[in-house]
Formats: sequence, C-alpha cells, structure tokens
Amino acid sequence: MRAPANAAPVRTGTWQRRLLIGLVLTYVTLLVVTPLAALVYGAFAEGLPALGQALSQPVVWAAFGRTLIVAVIVVGVHSVFGTALAWVMVRHRFRGQRWLNGLIDLPFAVSAVVVGYMLLLVFGRNGLLAPVLSALQWRVAFAFPGLVLATLFVTLPFMARELMPVLEAFGPEQEQAAATLGATGWQTFWLVTLPALRWGFVYGVTLTFARALGEFGAVLVVGGGIEGRTDTATVYIYRALEERQYVSAYGTALALGLLSLAVVYASTFIRRRYRGA
Amino acid sequence: MTASQARLRGAAPEPGWGTWAVRGAALTYLTVLLILPLFVIAQDGLRAGLAGLWRAVTLPVAWQALRLTLWTAALMAILNAGMGTLTAFVLVRYEFPGRDWLNLLIDLPLAVPTLVTGVMLVILYGPQGALGGWLESTFGWRVIFAPPGIVLALLFITFPFVVRALQPVLEALDRAQEEAAVTLGANAWTTFWRVVFPPLLLPLTTGTLLSFARAIGEFGSIVIVAGNIPLFSQTAAVYVFGEVESENRLGASAVSLVMLALAFVLVMLVDWLQRRRRSVSPQA
Repeated sequence: MRAPANAAPVRTGTWQRRLLIGLVLTYVTLLVVTPLAALVYGAFAEGLPALGQALSQPVVWAAFGRTLIVAVIVVGVHSVFGTALAWVMVRHRFRGQRWLNGLIDLPFAVSAVVVGYMLLLVFGRNGLLAPVLSALQWRVAFAFPGLVLATLFVTLPFMARELMPVLEAFGPEQEQAAATLGATGWQTFWLVTLPALRWGFVYGVTLTFARALGEFGAVLVVGGGIEGRTDTATVYIYRALEERQYVSAYGTALALGLLSLAVVYASTFIRRRYRGA
Repeated sequence: MTASQARLRGAAPEPGWGTWAVRGAALTYLTVLLILPLFVIAQDGLRAGLAGLWRAVTLPVAWQALRLTLWTAALMAILNAGMGTLTAFVLVRYEFPGRDWLNLLIDLPLAVPTLVTGVMLVILYGPQGALGGWLESTFGWRVIFAPPGIVLALLFITFPFVVRALQPVLEALDRAQEEAAVTLGANAWTTFWRVVFPPLLLPLTTGTLLSFARAIGEFGSIVIVAGNIPLFSQTAAVYVFGEVESENRLGASAVSLVMLALAFVLVMLVDWLQRRRRSVSPQA
C-alpha cells in the first residue's frame, strides 16, 4: 500500500538510517505508547474486582448511555445536513462561498470552552433566544438538548470535509448522464451520487462519532455537569478525578478510550479491506 | 481551474425547487449552528467597547493565560514540525520491522478523547506516578501542574497533523530527481534540503499551523494536566472556563473573542495556503 519494497531508498548510510528509525520509534514510544500503558496500569492498579465494581456503578452506565445517545443523534443530523452542505459547497457557486468554506473549518480550531460559552450566550438563561425558549418551555442550556447542540458544533467539519474531496473527484459527469437518461434529481442522488460517496461517508461518520464520544469542554460548559442529568462519560471522568475516585476515573477513561479506538480502527480496517487502499 | 469551475457551475441537475431546498437547508444549518453563536459572542465581547475589551484582556491573569497558551502552542508546533517531518520521512522511505504498527499508532491521538490523554499523562508523570515521581526526586523536574505537562499534552494531541499532511506528498515525490542530485555528487543532507524539502514546505506549513490553531483552544487534556494555577499554569481556555463558572461575563467574552480571532485568522490562512497549493499543482 505504501512505498513499494523495491523502491530505491534515499542513499543514507546504514547507521544514519538506524539512527533516524530509532529516533522516531523512541519518540512515538515515549509520547504515545507509554502514556497508553500507564492508563491500562492505572485502571488495573487496584485489581480487577475494584475495576469491575467501579465500572458497574449505575452513574457510569448512565453517563455512557448519555454519551452514546448524543453521539448517535449527532451522527444522524450530520449525515443529512453535512452531506447537503458538502454537496452545496462543491456543486453550487454563490457569493461568499470562500468565506463559508473557511468557516466550516472554524469549529476545528475554536476552543471547546468557547463553543460551550457561545451556546450559553445564545440559549442560556439570559441568552439571546431566552424569551423564545421560555415561551416554548424548552430548556437547552443545562439540559440534554444543549449537549447535542454543543457536540453538533464541535463535529461540524468532519462530514463535509470528508465528502467534499470525494464529490470533487467524482465530478458531475455521471450525474449529468443519469439526468440525460431521464432520472429525477432524487434518483440521481440516491442511485449515482450516494454510492460514489460511500467510503467518504463511512469515514465521515466514524470521525464524527469518535469526536462526539470524546467531547468534553463544550458539553461541560453548556450542560453544567449536573449528576444524573447532563453528565456524559467525559464529564463523569472529570468529576471522579476531582472527587479522587481514581479507580472509577481511570477505568472509565480506559473504557471510553478503547471504545473510541475500536470505532476508528474498525473503519480503517474495513476501508482497507474493501478498497485495498 | 476556471474551466473546471465553469463545468461545475452547470452541474446542478435541474436547478429546480429541490436544489434550492437543499441549498437553503445547508445554509440554514450552517447559520444556526455556526454564524449565530459567533455573532452573539462578538456582540457580547464588544459590549463595553474596544477599550473595555482591551482592559479585560490585559488583566494580569488573563494576559498571562494568553501568553502561556501562545508560547506552549508555539513550542509544541516547532517540535511537532521537526518530529512530524522525520516520522513521515522514516515511514515513507524506510522498511523496518514494526512499520505497519507505527503507521497505525500515528492515528491513535486522533481517536483518543483529549480528556483521556490528560488522564494518561497524569498517571504517568503525576507526582505519585511512576515516571513523574522519579523525575521530580532525581532531577527536580515538575511535569504535571506545570508548563511542561501542557507542551507534552499538546504534542500528543497534534502528533498526526504534520505526519499525515506530509505522507502523501512524500509518497508522490519523483525519486528520479533525488537520484540525479546524488549522481551529481550531492550528499544526503544536500539532497534532502535542496530536492526533497522544497515540495514539503507548503504541506508542512499548513500542518504545523493547524496543530498550532488546535493547540490554542485545547481544554480537555490541559485542565487535567495543568492544574489551573493562575499566572503559572492556567491557559486561556481554562481561564475562560473559570470566568464562565464565576459568571464574569465580560472577562469570559473578551478572552474568548481573542481566541476566536486567532482561530479565525489561522483557519483562513490555512485555507488560503491550501488553495494556492491546489492551483500550483492541480493533482496534489
């Protein structure tokens, strides 16, 4: 898949090559592998029964459940609107498009805390939409909808960014051919465009889901971390650390990390298997 | 570019109400989710005028938090640019046992929630941790609840950015040019700097800038690792969190606005650089 084995490598001496490889492997081991091992060690430090007991607490299950529900809703919303956004950005031309194109990436760089705070300013008690929300009796901040909104904001770029290059490479020719053959707009989309987007879509869903599982700052600020109401898995870990319940914190962190890793690597393997890429 | 744009312009299959509905839905989605909150915070931060914003930002605690954020992010960006380039080079050019594993490990920081990253580092380098206790008792180095912990967390989180930006470009490079340079008597260093490096400069810049932008806003790992000591280890994101919790709206909005402006400038710069790159080499 990468550099073929028979490609002539750059002519560096053997010791230079060994030095460079050794340097990289040491760096990655120290930076990435050792902390991961430390987490596993920390979770099991007080033995398996203690870990099992910590992970079987109803609070932990409720927090995980909330995280999963939020992630599923967010993936659903972005699957529809993110696809529409990618399609509009690639196939349409309108004024201000360059700015919008840059803006799509903004959630990637904006601090999660700032995201949560912005949502409080819009949906909070004294926020811009407070009169409307209280008239409708809707609670967004410090409630479940706030968690969903915060996670939606943070994961905004992933779907569109995965699909846009695929749509660009795919080009409109096949869509035009379908239209010429009498397909309606919807038929063209379902039967021609969507199948071509398949792998971009799978990867977009994966990244969105993984990021949604791990979102912390925005969810903490908007949700307030109210126990039993707005604590997600990450918020629970944070609170357990503050309360010095280390086994619960490390155990939940390990479980969340493994879940997230499983999602990302599963999709990498599936993609490699079917595309050989 | 213009030709393909013109082709794309005629692409929308029948610009009927369906097209308009999709366009309307996409733009509404973007407006509600993104533009409305940005507008509201800009308005809130400027409530007390530019002078008020400046006063809130230059409060010693806020100012130090911003400074700490910028220098830790900059230090991380420099280290990450160097090690990222080296890692990408080794991955693409060398065959060695464990290469596939290394390649898989690169994406790991993207998959691990940053809060979990913070927890990992505290277990390892914390005062009670295996490595942390040793470092402190032997060398007197403090990693956790101090700036080195922040840099370490940022390095972990942004590790894939530079590597993944360079890998495809390195793979696509024409080796014949390197062979030619070597044939003409250039040594490995000269070949690297004069032949391999120039095409890497632009993706390296965008990857580094993206990691810098990401680092400025990082919260989940930092709040665990840095310990939130004002004037010493409190970053801008943690400062904003504290101000929101204590309902100091002006302080929170002012520093948020500075962070947003930085993020906006960096993202637009990266966007511009990437567009330039595409127009220079259409297939890249």
